[in-house]
Amino acid sequence: MTVRIFVPRDAAALALGAKRVAKALAAEIEARGIDARIVRNGSRGLHWLEPMVEVETAQGRIAYGPVKASDVASLLDAGLTTGGNHALYLGKTEELPFLKSQTRLTFARCGIVDPLSLSDYRAHDGLKGLERAVTLAPADIVAHVTESGLRGRGGAGFPTGIKWKTVLDTPGARKYIVCNADEGDSGTFADRMIMEGDPFVLIEGMAIAGVATGATKGFVYIRSEYPHAIATMTEAVEIAHKAGVLGTSVLGSAHAFDIEIRTGAGAYVCGEETALLNSLEGKRGIVRAKPPLPAHKGLFDCPTVINNVISLASVPIIMDKGPAYYKDFGMGRSRGTIPIQIAGNVRHRGLYEAAFGLTLGEIVDDIGGGTASGRPVKAVQVGGPLGAYFPRALFDTPFDYEAFAAKDGLIGHAGIVVFDDTADMLKQARFAMEFCAIESCGKCTPCRIGSTRGVEVADKIAQGIEPEKNRELLADLCNTMKFGSLCALGGFTPYPVTSAMTHFPDDFSRAPLVEAAE
Amino acid sequence: MNLHVSSRDIGERTLDIVSGMKSLEGPLLPILHEIQAEFGYVPQECLPIIARELNLSRAEVHGVVTFYHDYRDHPAGRHVLKLCRAEACQSMGGDQLAERVKALLGIDFHQTTLDGAVTLEPVYCLGLCSAAPAAMLDGEVHGRLDADTVNDLVAEVRA
Repeated sequence: MTVRIFVPRDAAALALGAKRVAKALAAEIEARGIDARIVRNGSRGLHWLEPMVEVETAQGRIAYGPVKASDVASLLDAGLTTGGNHALYLGKTEELPFLKSQTRLTFARCGIVDPLSLSDYRAHDGLKGLERAVTLAPADIVAHVTESGLRGRGGAGFPTGIKWKTVLDTPGARKYIVCNADEGDSGTFADRMIMEGDPFVLIEGMAIAGVATGATKGFVYIRSEYPHAIATMTEAVEIAHKAGVLGTSVLGSAHAFDIEIRTGAGAYVCGEETALLNSLEGKRGIVRAKPPLPAHKGLFDCPTVINNVISLASVPIIMDKGPAYYKDFGMGRSRGTIPIQIAGNVRHRGLYEAAFGLTLGEIVDDIGGGTASGRPVKAVQVGGPLGAYFPRALFDTPFDYEAFAAKDGLIGHAGIVVFDDTADMLKQARFAMEFCAIESCGKCTPCRIGSTRGVEVADKIAQGIEPEKNRELLADLCNTMKFGSLCALGGFTPYPVTSAMTHFPDDFSRAPLVEAAE
Repeated sequence: MNLHVSSRDIGERTLDIVSGMKSLEGPLLPILHEIQAEFGYVPQECLPIIARELNLSRAEVHGVVTFYHDYRDHPAGRHVLKLCRAEACQSMGGDQLAERVKALLGIDFHQTTLDGAVTLEPVYCLGLCSAAPAAMLDGEVHGRLDADTVNDLVAEVRA
């Protein structure tokens, strides 16, 4: 029987040499006349072990990693195809503690299937949600999503079902489903992983959204920094179209739905939904004032559902297993699971999907295993470049939208970046302002001008120029940006800045530098 | 990518590209991507043609081209090295690595080496935050960079 060997095609695995491993493995298999086939799967999310090679055996899948191309020959010598022992042997994949303790709903198939095999997708419960959806009335599908408690995973946490209901109830000759795949936040890669590792689940989620709201066209707006995701999604859409999952009759039903993949052009602000819509229309990615809501007047002024990748990719399992199943996970008003992305200076880096409710400390210390450098953790930025820096003192905060808001933070797209004690929090605060200045769309003054002034004030503090006065000024500026900006870019940039000032005051009150007189 | 094309050729190719894509919904970004893929940058000569064909003002097209970081107004070097400058890479020594690359190449960000070999660009997140520090060289991704691997990358673009 042909043995299946899995070598990930996920960009993180490729960045660590997966392509060379696959090439070396193919050559060795050929040379040795081994009856084996290489499957390029998505990543399981244990990125510190990438490239992680797996082999399918009678006992289940056995993992090895991190594998270098130069390890391939010795792996085969050790009996890779039958799960033989080797220095890189990790054991049964499913039994690895990092994976075993997860609740994989949205990422159930990621890393397991061949991303571009629709039959693999079906064999692992794929399309069951859409099959169910086409038998239901649109209002019933929307009710399912509302009952599940699913909230927007892009960061804002707005209830997905309510968004869909607004679009369903808004009359329009044309309606659109737009998938926001402009995942620009540092420390996040869940969207990328699902698009590269299980693209059909996103396609299925978008098709369900189309059927539910009466939209017939979908766009996936993917950032240009993700060429691998763009290629995989483009291919997957073609396959889905040929198989009748998309097209004039979705799975043989009376519903029509098609998807087009669009590429961004390097503007972070296009992750903001209204800027993204402008960009799709071929305009500058300038934020629109709301109202009107995109659900009323969105893409080309038509009623539009705009959802994050993970929100849409979570819908198929809700439709398949029912809203109660999904809702039973989580805490408070944060229902279901959240793919937490553990990144930066941390030992166990990767994707960890779990029900809401883990504390930040559990995530960083227990799951993440502390810093990669071995030094003490100083700060953890949660929620991307617009997220707050949390000190160890707040590690008891549970991962929940409201709990983080109560601590003046946000979970955003659930990315966590760990910093060790060498981090300079004043420098990080300055960077937040600098990033905002680079990426501001320029429409509103607090963001456009405030960010530039913020960099200058941070520099003055660093130089020891009237530090007390300038700290006050920076706090005041943050207040203006927070309440005066049109969108989350200017409005949330104060989060990293004020949290750094509040929790790490020592970094903001250094001794003045002695500078040579001009 | 042909860097030695005359204005007339640019005009003809632009018209071809625009004609092939203008039926898309919101065609401007896909057209600009295609033009950059064709010429390596977005030549000024293209703008009036795009504006005319899409019934836009030249100012509108100019506004879009200049808004997005991806579109260049002049050709890049033979290689483009993008270094991630965002927080996850910073936490793993990205800043020091960037200084090293700048010193090795003798250029700053947004600059091209005098021999035209490589253009160095900052990028704010490649989504490789679990493999930080990360870079992209001509579309190929590289993670867990250190002094040695950076030397290799620089040697590759210098070759």
